[in-house]
Amino acid sequence: MCHGGFSTLFYKEVLRFWKVASQTVAAPVLTALLYLLIFSHVLEGHVKVHGVIYTAFLIPGLVMMSVLQNAFANSSSSLIQSKVTGNIVFVLLPPISYLEFFLAYVLASVVRGLVVGAGVLLATFWFAPLTFAEPVWILVFALLGGAILGSLGVIAGIWADKFDQLAAFQNFLIMPLTFLSGVFYSVNSLPPFWQQVSHWNPVFYMIDGFRHGFFGVSDASPWLSLAVVGTCLALLTTFSLNLLKRGYKLRA
Amino acid sequence: MMSAAIRIKQVSKCFGSTQALDRVDLEVQQGEFFGLLGPNGAGKTTLISALAGLVRPDAGSLCVMGHDVQGDYRAARRHLGVVPQELVFDPFFTVRESLKIQSGYFGIGDNDDWIDEILENLGLTSKANANMRMLSGGMKRRVLVAQALVHRPPVIVLDEPTAGVDVELRQTLWAFIRRLNEAGHTIVLTTHYLEEAENLCTRIAMLKAGRVVALDTTANLLRRFSVHALRLRTAGAMPLELARDGAENGGWWSFPFDGFDQVEPLLARLRAAGCRIDDLEIGKPDLEEVFVRVMQGPPQGQVN
Repeated sequence: MCHGGFSTLFYKEVLRFWKVASQTVAAPVLTALLYLLIFSHVLEGHVKVHGVIYTAFLIPGLVMMSVLQNAFANSSSSLIQSKVTGNIVFVLLPPISYLEFFLAYVLASVVRGLVVGAGVLLATFWFAPLTFAEPVWILVFALLGGAILGSLGVIAGIWADKFDQLAAFQNFLIMPLTFLSGVFYSVNSLPPFWQQVSHWNPVFYMIDGFRHGFFGVSDASPWLSLAVVGTCLALLTTFSLNLLKRGYKLRA
Repeated sequence: MMSAAIRIKQVSKCFGSTQALDRVDLEVQQGEFFGLLGPNGAGKTTLISALAGLVRPDAGSLCVMGHDVQGDYRAARRHLGVVPQELVFDPFFTVRESLKIQSGYFGIGDNDDWIDEILENLGLTSKANANMRMLSGGMKRRVLVAQALVHRPPVIVLDEPTAGVDVELRQTLWAFIRRLNEAGHTIVLTTHYLEEAENLCTRIAMLKAGRVVALDTTANLLRRFSVHALRLRTAGAMPLELARDGAENGGWWSFPFDGFDQVEPLLARLRAAGCRIDDLEIGKPDLEEVFVRVMQGPPQGQVN
């Protein structure tokens, strides 16, 4: 069992999503599988990206998209539920520092992201010949991407007072950023203007770097992606910790 | 020197233009059973929240067992158990899981015996493995009390713990809290049931509009603010010269008096005025009367 504020909160957050795994794990895996079946059916044979057949190209994108969306969903939905129902006091009354609070929520989000990502990979890698050219990048980008979206989830969960505000955050920020990041296509296939736009989207670098781990080729250098993703994480961490330290919307 | 269980110094807090707490000074000694009374909106919950670190005061300081709730928050929170007023629970877990998790937050892992003891004392043993969602309101309230006690805090604050709960739970709860108090725990209680406060609390503070307007032992408050009263119902109307000395409420006339030697002359006056008494009783001073008088009284300065 756990013997500290951080480890208990982390354990509780993991247990929370695991208890409803059919919603939090199985459902997103099924969604990703449906994307794969539909898009590969339509585009297989027509498109090759980086010399890779389309289905194989698509799989890492779907895995990473699932990691990111579920990492965000975990911290944000847990926090908004706790705030709306009021049981957030159980976490605010004990001697838990704001740093422990932040790390516990973000790491649990990373775990949820990785579990769903692994599930999507297991369910889809039968459909196309997949290589694991540089697996360290796979792990690095999955972890960093999960942590970034987990932190965004903490920010959104703390900021939102109602479920519809959180849904707006998700629908108008998270969804466009992930869908327009090259999950379904290589940004090099886009017109120059949209290529430029995509390069301002941090999620593009998460997915591009992650995909590099599979094929050894990518739109951007994985080192550039690492720099962008690392900077994003540092900025979001600083911002989240500042909110928590001030007690923003948690301690009046 | 033994530090006070709770020391509140010049604490103020504004929410927008509302002054929720206005330079509150309060000290609760270790082992006390202390009552915090006041009408809705008087600042009781804000004060408790400030003590628990849920609300950050604009000015002043609060200490629990000598530990500042901001500067030394870890120690302060380890020494404090709070039963919140709202009936909150985490629907994902069972009763036992909730208590184990709450213990873990305080860095305690090996307290199954204590958890069993709390469950037993609160009549929750048979519900230990039930999901929180399946419990009735009263049962959820018990779990809230249990959650506040998992880390054996020396200071326990209960914010209206008996609001909307049945008689049985009220009795179970107070018996348990009394035992904890006898074992040395300091208890702070807010309640709307003044009878409860009168029976349980040795000392009482009354809050009004964010200020402490009365602070004394329960016995002294009863003596200071309340008097005995002769309460009676008469067959006819109350003669004017007598009505001036009393007050009527629901057909009952009430005549306050300080000493029992005043009863006989009063009855003699009634007889002389030709009143026929239908019913008669002697009302003892109670906290409700004190409460009403204090709250109706002119705004007073800080009472010490």
